[in-house]
Amino acid sequence: MGMTISEKILAAHAGLDKVRPGEIINAKLDLVLANDVTGPVAIKEFSKLGIDRVYDQEKIALVPDHFTPNKDIASAEQSKILRDFVKKQQIKHFWETGRVGIEHCLLPEQGVVLPGDLIIGADSHTCTYGAVGAFATGVGSTDCAAGMATGEAWFRVPESLKFVFNGTKFQPWVSGKDLILYLIGKIGVDGARYKVMEFTGQGIRSLSMDNRLTMCNMAIEAGAKAGIIEPDEITLRYVKERAKREYKLYKSDLDASYENIFEFNSEDIPLQVAFPHLPENTKPVDEASGIKIDQVVIGSCTNGRLEDLEITANILKGKKIHPEIRCLIFPGTQDIYLEALRKGWIETMIEAGAAVSTPTCGPCLGGHMGILAKGERALSTTNRNFVGRMGHPQSEVYLCNPAVAAASAIKGEIVHPKEVVKNG
Amino acid sequence: MGKAWKFGHDIDTDVIIPARYLNRSEPEHLAAHCMEDADASFAQNVQKGDIIVGGKNFGCGSSREHAPLAIKAAGIKAVIAENYGRIFFRNALNIGMPILECPEAVEGIESGDQVDVNLINGTIENFTKGTTFKAKPFPAFMQELIKAGGLIPYVKENKKDA
Repeated sequence: MGMTISEKILAAHAGLDKVRPGEIINAKLDLVLANDVTGPVAIKEFSKLGIDRVYDQEKIALVPDHFTPNKDIASAEQSKILRDFVKKQQIKHFWETGRVGIEHCLLPEQGVVLPGDLIIGADSHTCTYGAVGAFATGVGSTDCAAGMATGEAWFRVPESLKFVFNGTKFQPWVSGKDLILYLIGKIGVDGARYKVMEFTGQGIRSLSMDNRLTMCNMAIEAGAKAGIIEPDEITLRYVKERAKREYKLYKSDLDASYENIFEFNSEDIPLQVAFPHLPENTKPVDEASGIKIDQVVIGSCTNGRLEDLEITANILKGKKIHPEIRCLIFPGTQDIYLEALRKGWIETMIEAGAAVSTPTCGPCLGGHMGILAKGERALSTTNRNFVGRMGHPQSEVYLCNPAVAAASAIKGEIVHPKEVVKNG
Repeated sequence: MGKAWKFGHDIDTDVIIPARYLNRSEPEHLAAHCMEDADASFAQNVQKGDIIVGGKNFGCGSSREHAPLAIKAAGIKAVIAENYGRIFFRNALNIGMPILECPEAVEGIESGDQVDVNLINGTIENFTKGTTFKAKPFPAFMQELIKAGGLIPYVKENKKDA
């Protein structure tokens, strides 16, 4: 019997011909990643190991993106721990404020994560990199510390679930965000616990890289260890111009074994909104229409990429944000920001009355730059709507794609984009 | 023996330790805000040796190791749940925070019950109700991790062998 793309990547990095789900293996890592929240704890654990040097300065990425630009003295201290470690260890992949972006937008964009890589990251959305055909999974700070020291980690080989989207035609405004929200709604926040979500079918093949990154990004919201998409021409076009080292393309065998296979018609998936307080509480946008909101957030590692900003600008063009709405827009990286600026999209957003920020995780995790008061409600293109996620424990977060978010920012309540854009 | 604190399904790491407190990582700071958004009285009233009981998918969400660190520093002896979010499970083992999987015990324990766990043989006793449960044993490799006291001591030991 054959292997899935995930099993092949794990086997190759463990020096084995074959691996099977359930097996525990020790595997070599191509990249270990942490941010300004998880990094300082990892560095503290690293210091307990009695090892002077990290295993490879070129295979570690430290990205200060959560509480940056630092919001207070305590978070400034955390960033400083990262910075001091980077200097001491001569870590190659580190970006200061002004150059830094949101890690899961930045690392694929800069070609730091490539097809066939095995990656661990002390951030749960590390699974984003499955979109370039890497096996990437979130871990905690201690795993990250051991990874930085040894270049290895233990893995339980996960079972794979296959999600097939048939047909390349989607309903208007439907994006990768809607597909992944729809899946989470179907299988639940623990529906893929410990497993891989492999996305395939003509529907996925027709998606841009930005949409694929969004889909893999939220695999963790179904409990998955990884989300992954086999590399194809679209992947290659994306990585070719970015890669500064060799990479390897893996594909699932035709006779690979899956724990379960789910099939959908791409055209059947409606625009999605996830209601509080779990990403699995999804409904078609029409069932959310009319819900009043106070704040709209567009951006994050889920939806802070160029296409997301393009859709946002197209909807906001020539219109005004509703007077009672705060609309906050966070480009994922400086390159994305600059490109959006050159295209005139940032100007459109500001003219519409939105606040555009330097890249930061900021409000997504209730960190800074847009915290909700008691009883307030946000509509957000981010990934989680847990209790207290964006602020007060009695605030609420609804999740959606950028088109729904931008249209709702104009109307002051959740609406289908067709309510705002004619012929949409 | 300690008091059981029972929570529901899908207790996420944002509830265990909200991100607004993650600008610092000292265990005692985290413990002071542990479970705050689920039960604001928890951090004040929890006693050393108490047990957290959760439903399915306990610790889902973010990778923050601050979550098991907060629970450990709050004095919790063990967490018992039906099952765990993957990263939380790994983090708890890695930092030596005892966690047990036992749906029957979750069913058979109410908040406030006097409960104790034997971490060596996985026995869970509910003294209030006079019932005993047995947790699912860990795979051999994970038992080695637990025996070593977590991943850092485990890596140190294995480094010596190499």
